[in-house]
Amino acid sequence: MIALPHIALRSLRNRAFTAVLTVLSVALSVMLLVGVERMRVDTRESFLRSVSGTDLIVGARSHPVQLLLYSVFRLGDPTNNLDWGAVQRLQSDPRVAWVVPLSLGDSHRGFRVVGTEPDYFTRIGYAGGRNLEFASGRTFPGGTGDGLFETVLGADVAQTLRYRLGDQIVLAHGTARVAVQKHDDRPFTVIGVLARSGTPADQGVFVSLPAIEAIHLDWRGGTRIATHGGEAAIDPARLQPTSVSALFVGLKARRDTFTIQREVNTAPEEPLTAILPGVALQQLWGLLGGVERALKLAAAAVVAAALMVLLTTTLATLNERRREMAILRSVGAGPRHVFGLLLLEAGGLALAGGLVGLVLLELGLRIAAPVLQANYGLFLPPRWPAPDELRLVAGVLAAGVGVGLLPAIVAWRRSVQDGMTVRQ
Amino acid sequence: MSATPVLDIQDLRFQRKGRDWQLALDALRLAPGESMFLHGPSGSGKSTLLNLVGGTLAPQQGRLMVCGADFSALSGAARDRLRADRLGIIFQQFNLVPFLGMVDNVLLPCRFSRRRAQAATSRFGSPVKAAQALLDRLGLREQTFHAAPVAELSVGQQQRVAVARALIGAPDLVLADEPTSALDADTREDFLRLLFAECKSASSALLFVSHDLSLAPRFSSQASLSGLKAPA
Repeated sequence: MIALPHIALRSLRNRAFTAVLTVLSVALSVMLLVGVERMRVDTRESFLRSVSGTDLIVGARSHPVQLLLYSVFRLGDPTNNLDWGAVQRLQSDPRVAWVVPLSLGDSHRGFRVVGTEPDYFTRIGYAGGRNLEFASGRTFPGGTGDGLFETVLGADVAQTLRYRLGDQIVLAHGTARVAVQKHDDRPFTVIGVLARSGTPADQGVFVSLPAIEAIHLDWRGGTRIATHGGEAAIDPARLQPTSVSALFVGLKARRDTFTIQREVNTAPEEPLTAILPGVALQQLWGLLGGVERALKLAAAAVVAAALMVLLTTTLATLNERRREMAILRSVGAGPRHVFGLLLLEAGGLALAGGLVGLVLLELGLRIAAPVLQANYGLFLPPRWPAPDELRLVAGVLAAGVGVGLLPAIVAWRRSVQDGMTVRQ
Repeated sequence: MSATPVLDIQDLRFQRKGRDWQLALDALRLAPGESMFLHGPSGSGKSTLLNLVGGTLAPQQGRLMVCGADFSALSGAARDRLRADRLGIIFQQFNLVPFLGMVDNVLLPCRFSRRRAQAATSRFGSPVKAAQALLDRLGLREQTFHAAPVAELSVGQQQRVAVARALIGAPDLVLADEPTSALDADTREDFLRLLFAECKSASSALLFVSHDLSLAPRFSSQASLSGLKAPA
C-alpha cells in the first residue's frame, strides 16, 4: 500500500476549505500567467494569419504600423487617403501582378465597411495561402451598373446581426459606434456571406468602390447636402473613385519588393508609404514587447503571491499537526516520510492549482473569445495548452514544491526532535 | 534452546542534551509472547524509554536489542523500518490521526510495513478485513462508527482503536505507555482484558509502562524504571 499520497489526500480533504482557497489562488495566478502567454502567442498568430500573399501595402504617408493596423486589422482610421493616380501607376507597372484598393471610413452597427474590388476575395489570402471562401451567395460585380448596392458580409457580421442573403442593410457614415448620420437613402442587399477565417475579414462589410462613391454623392464635409434622385439617376461617370485608403499589392517577382517599396516611398507625385506586412508586424511586436514584458512580470508577481499563500497556509498548520506527525512516526514513519508528506501536500496543492488554472483559462477564453474578436480583431480559439504553456505550469509546480520545502524541512526537523512524543 | 528475546536491555543510560538527568535501566529481558509490567513513576523517563525502544532515539550507552537487532548499530531509517515491522505502540491518549477514519487509522501500520500488511492478509484475507475483524472483536462495529470522525469517539473507544492499530499484522512487541490512565475504572478493566486477549491471539509480547502498581499482578513479569541524577 502506498502510504503518503493517501494520507496527504485525506489531510488536505480535512482542511478542504483552506485547501480550496489555496488551490484557487494558485489557479488564478496560473490562469493569468498562461493567459498572458497565450495572448502573446495567439495575438501574433492571429495577426500573422491575417496577411498572406500580399507583398506590399501602400497608403498615404504615415507610420508603417499605423498603416498596417488600419489597412489589415481595421484598427484606427487612416490619416489621409491616397490619390487614384497612385493606383493607376501601380496597376500599369509591369512588375506588379495585382492591386486591390481599399476604401474605409463607413460602418454598419459597429462593423467596418470595406470598399474594395471583387478581387479582394481571391487575392487577399490568410493563414499561409488560404483563400477567403463564401459560406453562401456570391460576390458583388464591382461595376457601376447592376448590383451596385450589393454587399458581402463577414462571418461574424452575419452571425451577430442575424443577416441572411437578401436582407437589406443601411450603412452609417463614419466609424462611431452610435451612428448619427446614416446612408439610409441607399440601402444595400446582402448577396454573399463569407466563411469564417479567423481574420479581420470576419468583421468586414464589403461593398464595391463605386458603391462607396455612390453613397457619398450628395455629401460634403461629412454631411448630406441633398437626397439622391434614384439609382437610375446616378451618372456612372461620377462613380469613378478619386481616392482610396490603402492598396494591397501583389508582385510578379518577390525580388522587386524592396525596389518598388523605395520607388513608392520616394514618389514625386504624392507622399506615400509602402510597407512589407511582415516587417511592419515585426515593428509592431517591437512596440508591444515592453508591454508584454510588463504583463509577464505582473503575472509572475501574482504567481509569487499565490505561492506565498500556499506557504503561509502550510506553515500555519504545522504546530497543530505536531501530534499527528508523532502518531505517524509511532506506526513506522521516518522523518523522511514526514518530510515527504508535507512536500506532497504542497506539491498537490500547486498541481491542482495549475490544472484548475488551465481549465479556468479555457473557460474564460470560451467566454471572452467572441468579445475579443469583435472588439480587437483577435482570434483566440480555445485549444489544448501549448508545450510552452505547459512548461510555465510545470515551472509553477516546481516553484510550489520549492516553496513546500520550507514547511517540509521544519516538520522533518521537529519530527526528529519529537520522535513519538510531543513535548510542548 | 530459548527464542531470541523481543527486548533485551543491559545497562542502558540515556541523557537528553542540556539536562542534568538521565534514564537508567540496568537489565530487562522480554521473551516472545510474554507480558511485562514496567513501573515508571512520573519523571522516570517513560517517554524517553518509549522513544529508545521505538527507535526514534538512538541509544547512547549500554545494550538495546529489539527482536535480535542491536539498535546502537542501526541507522535511524533501519530503526524506523524495524518499528514499522515489529512494534505496535499505544499512547496514553491522542492515539488517532484526526482526519482518518477508524479503519484507516487501524490500517496505518500496514501502509508503512509490507511485513505487517502480509501478516494481516495471511490471517484475515486483506489488511482492511483484518482491521474490521479487530475492531469488531474490540466492540467497535465498523458499520456503527464508519461515518463518524474518530475525534467524536469517546476516549475509551479511541484507546480500543489504538489497540487494534497496535495489533494489526501481529507485531512481535506491543509497547503501551500508560494506556489506561485516561480511562475510568470500569472501562479500564474492559480495556485491559481486551488488550491481553488480543496480544495473546496475535502472540505479541507486551511491555506495559505505568505508574499504577495495582495493575502489576496481572503481568507475567515486572521491572522498574528509574531516573538518575546524571554523574557530573
